[in-house]
Amino acid sequence: MKMQFPLLLLLLLFSATADLSGTADLRETGLSIPASAPPLHLCPQSGAPRDLAPPGLASARSAAGEPEEAQNVGHHGGGFRVVQWEWTYVQTPYIIAMWLLVASVAKILFHFSQHFTTVVPESCMLILLGLVLGGVVLVANKKQLYQLDPALFFLFLLPTIVGDAGYFMSARLFFDNLGAILTYAVVGTLWNAFCCGFSLYAAKLLQVIDERVEADLMDFLLFGALISAVDPVAVLAVFEEVHVNDTLFIIVFGESLVNDAVTVVLYKVYISFVEVGVENVETADYFKGVASFFIVSIGGTLVGVVFAVILGFITRFTKKVRIIEPLFVFLLVYLAYLTAELFSLSAILSMTFCGIGANKYVEANISQKSRTTVKYTMKTLASIAETIIFIFLGISAVDKSKWAWDTGLVSCTLVFIFVFRAVGVIGQTWVLNRFRLIPLDKIDQVVMSYGGLRGAVAFALVVLLDGEQVKAKDYFVATTIVVVFFTVMFQGLTIKPLVKWLKVPRSSSRKPTINEEIHERAFDHILTAVEDIAGLQGYHHWRDKWEQFDKNYLSKLLLRKSVYRKSELWEAYQKINIRDAISVIDQGGNVLTSARLSLPSMASRASFPEFTNVTNYLRENGSGVCLDLQVIDNVPGAKVEEDTETHHVLAENLYKPRRRYQSHYSRHFMSLGEKERQDREVFQRNMKSRMETFKSTRYKRHKKERSLKKRQGPDTKEDRDKPRRNVSWQDTVPPAVGDSHSPTAAPPSLTTGGSLLPWKGSVSSPPPCVSVEATKIIPVDLQQAWNQSISSLESVSSPPAHTEPVHPRVSALSRLGVPRPVSYSPPGSVGGCTSSIGSQVVQSSLCFPEKKKEEEMEEEQEKEEEAELQPLLAPPTSPTKPPPPPGSAPSSGKRRKPSVYLRSLVTTPSTGSNESHSRGPTQL
Amino acid sequence: MGSSRSRMDDIPHAQQLIHETDFSAAHLLRLHQRFKLLDKYQTGELRPRDFGAIPALALNPIGDRIIGAFFSPGQETLDFPSFVRILAHFRPTDPNRSRDGTQQELANSRTRKLKFAFQLYDQDGDGKISRAELLQVLRAMLETQVVEEQLQSIAERAIQEADLDKDDAISFDEFRRSLEKVNIDHKMSIRFLK
Repeated sequence: MKMQFPLLLLLLLFSATADLSGTADLRETGLSIPASAPPLHLCPQSGAPRDLAPPGLASARSAAGEPEEAQNVGHHGGGFRVVQWEWTYVQTPYIIAMWLLVASVAKILFHFSQHFTTVVPESCMLILLGLVLGGVVLVANKKQLYQLDPALFFLFLLPTIVGDAGYFMSARLFFDNLGAILTYAVVGTLWNAFCCGFSLYAAKLLQVIDERVEADLMDFLLFGALISAVDPVAVLAVFEEVHVNDTLFIIVFGESLVNDAVTVVLYKVYISFVEVGVENVETADYFKGVASFFIVSIGGTLVGVVFAVILGFITRFTKKVRIIEPLFVFLLVYLAYLTAELFSLSAILSMTFCGIGANKYVEANISQKSRTTVKYTMKTLASIAETIIFIFLGISAVDKSKWAWDTGLVSCTLVFIFVFRAVGVIGQTWVLNRFRLIPLDKIDQVVMSYGGLRGAVAFALVVLLDGEQVKAKDYFVATTIVVVFFTVMFQGLTIKPLVKWLKVPRSSSRKPTINEEIHERAFDHILTAVEDIAGLQGYHHWRDKWEQFDKNYLSKLLLRKSVYRKSELWEAYQKINIRDAISVIDQGGNVLTSARLSLPSMASRASFPEFTNVTNYLRENGSGVCLDLQVIDNVPGAKVEEDTETHHVLAENLYKPRRRYQSHYSRHFMSLGEKERQDREVFQRNMKSRMETFKSTRYKRHKKERSLKKRQGPDTKEDRDKPRRNVSWQDTVPPAVGDSHSPTAAPPSLTTGGSLLPWKGSVSSPPPCVSVEATKIIPVDLQQAWNQSISSLESVSSPPAHTEPVHPRVSALSRLGVPRPVSYSPPGSVGGCTSSIGSQVVQSSLCFPEKKKEEEMEEEQEKEEEAELQPLLAPPTSPTKPPPPPGSAPSSGKRRKPSVYLRSLVTTPSTGSNESHSRGPTQL
Repeated sequence: MGSSRSRMDDIPHAQQLIHETDFSAAHLLRLHQRFKLLDKYQTGELRPRDFGAIPALALNPIGDRIIGAFFSPGQETLDFPSFVRILAHFRPTDPNRSRDGTQQELANSRTRKLKFAFQLYDQDGDGKISRAELLQVLRAMLETQVVEEQLQSIAERAIQEADLDKDDAISFDEFRRSLEKVNIDHKMSIRFLK
């Protein structure tokens, strides 16, 4: 932290000075803000930029001769200036960007120290940082420029957090605990608000609170209403780090979301009462207040549901415009919030229900990429909004105008909110437990009481108060700040040790296995049936009713036809598969470690039976991951196994040289970018190779080898390259050879192409398993390799011609649509085929820059060379069978990362160049 | 339901049932009332067709299996004590109840709950869920939504995951282990009204 602080300060100073200079600039130019202007918000002088002409070229604007420009010109002596100071032009976005940067950097810094962040919640640190920053601004400017602006908070910061929380909240969990959530949110909040209000009034009457605090009952009730609501932002920030169990979390968090309706209504009712004066309030007004509660809450919910339906319905038709799918999600969820705000309904409720409701349908409708985009964008926005909120809370506190301290008020409030929260929770839980299937025990109640954090919502509401009508506003603001700081910092800091000490069951981030998915579904059906038999119209009964309704009507309306057919279980199954694949790759940074490899969701790691169906299915659908497990198991004999294996090494490892540019650009489609495709393929191939390795290699042998390798020292790496190199070049070509007649057209299915393959001819083994992706790419690949090989051959025979690196690619592209040269037609004999394969690959690799080759050569050196030459010379003599290179049997265990493979490709020719040189031309 | 209110005296072996299943007297009365309602012909015993008359159950994809689970093998009828004993599986576990070792395992214990679920899969009663049996359940639960191939791969995967002794079937022990991390008490309990 010591190291990090100066950097932060530097950043801050920069943004502060930028800001100040901006202010100064403005003052100079006559657009100055009045000295009595209210404290400036996130974007000070927000009015100023609006005076400027709409964005245009800076020079154009200066030519237009706006007042400040004219003045500037005068300063600088007139004439055309090369560099211009355009502060006023960029000011607003610039300052916002600077603040975002400061906030983000602060986040990075906090997470430098692992230990530190586990003890201190981020929200505490951010508030502290805010205090420091506020202090700096105050010292520099004599006046606090910034504070958490309620409009900014309610219109931008809060929705990002609520939107994220609502959209990703588990609907099942939420509705499972809906009763408890509603009780705590409605009854609990009302209880807290009234008790706090009346108790504070009592304290005032008893003169515990100083006389300077000019407030009557209504003021205290108003204050009680805004201070009593548990804050979603604070709860989220603190509980996310605590990881209490899901039920506990959803109850506290759900409460903090739903109580918004109560807070909004109470706040508005009291405000109006304060405005008209208590004496003028009629009895009817109280009933209106109650009525407005129902309107605000139910209306908010309805707005959310309506937008959820719209959102689901729209995403049904976005198949052709995948690129804007995420935008719809953001827009409609945000619109749900704004619309509710427009009608002064509960915006948080609206947004939450929009998110919860739409999630299922949207996730099913949009593409995987859009899903990821939505997720990351939402998380990023929410995280940055949260950071800004806490920093600004800190900054807002450092403001002389807010220091209207009254010890009585502050301490009474602190005590009251804590006591009433605890009493309320215990009382309600007692009632709830009589109806709950799983009662909330004492520990839960302690955490719930203690987790009643207050936060930015309360602060924003109190700032919004009208100082004219609520005389004690300044005291209330100060008290709110103290309460917020106390709950977020003290309770936030201590809740983790408390949870540990009480041994509250934690949540596990474990994902369900397929068995759990299946059986839990079965359990749901069982419970529904049992409720029906026992004649109980319980929770499961209604849930089942809803599911029937959803299946029969809603899903038909909101889901795409293609997805409607899919089942959730199948989706879950695929997700598990993908997760396995990813974890396998994560585990095996180096394939040598694959002996340790285990699939997290597999209890037994023993033999995998044939996944024929999965594989086929995935192949047909071009699904992301192909866990190709069947290959090895199916192979009848050892020889064929070897063949298949080599074939796979090949299929897996040859991939496209990166393209320099993309020929196709579209704003509306994200064509599967070359790189992306390549990445995906690398992923798939890695995956496959690892799975095979895992299967084919015997455990013990593998381990033994590994330990051997370790002892061998620095050379081991090169050593490992050997078998790979030897095997791989053998195999690189086959798919292309098969498809060679139409490399650019849609690739023929592998099985047809495969019939020409050497090992196909002799044995009718199962189709070599190459995913669709691979077949698509390899032919093109080979074509390119071929073209490159030609050009590189030329370069070998006459070095100067080689100098142009672009050449191969250009030629490759130009030939892409052209029929292949005659000489490239599939070789008739198996032997010929293999030899041509060998030379081709060698040639293709020749196109790598000479320099690199040499470097690699030096690295590798003599010992290797002999071994290298051996297999390269071998093919012509034993064409049908790839030469078993030294250690090829366990070779599968030695496959390494693609990058290493590339290097091996580079090095190969250096040893075998003679061969290719002499043999190459004969092919042409 | 109001026409014939059950009284404790009507219920055969009431005290024993309460002791055995831990249902309260109020629970028992309510269940007895339900039992009489289902028993249309007042035979004092339920038959599968009585269950079949429950409309909601007809919609349940694995409803017939659940009905089957109420009847012990070979039996065509179900009397009230058995009815209650089966339903007792779904009582939530009572954390406050002291466990004396001598007492036999309660019907709502974790193992008994799982056993109930297990027998829904294991239709031939050989103590193992075979691939075919798993497929049947999956097919019933997913109906038209999934093509046969997908079902098979799901079943395949599930068996692989759970199958520890590699006999290509899931024994009860394996079944229990595969659900080790699931809070069965939460997921296999319903709230019985008083």
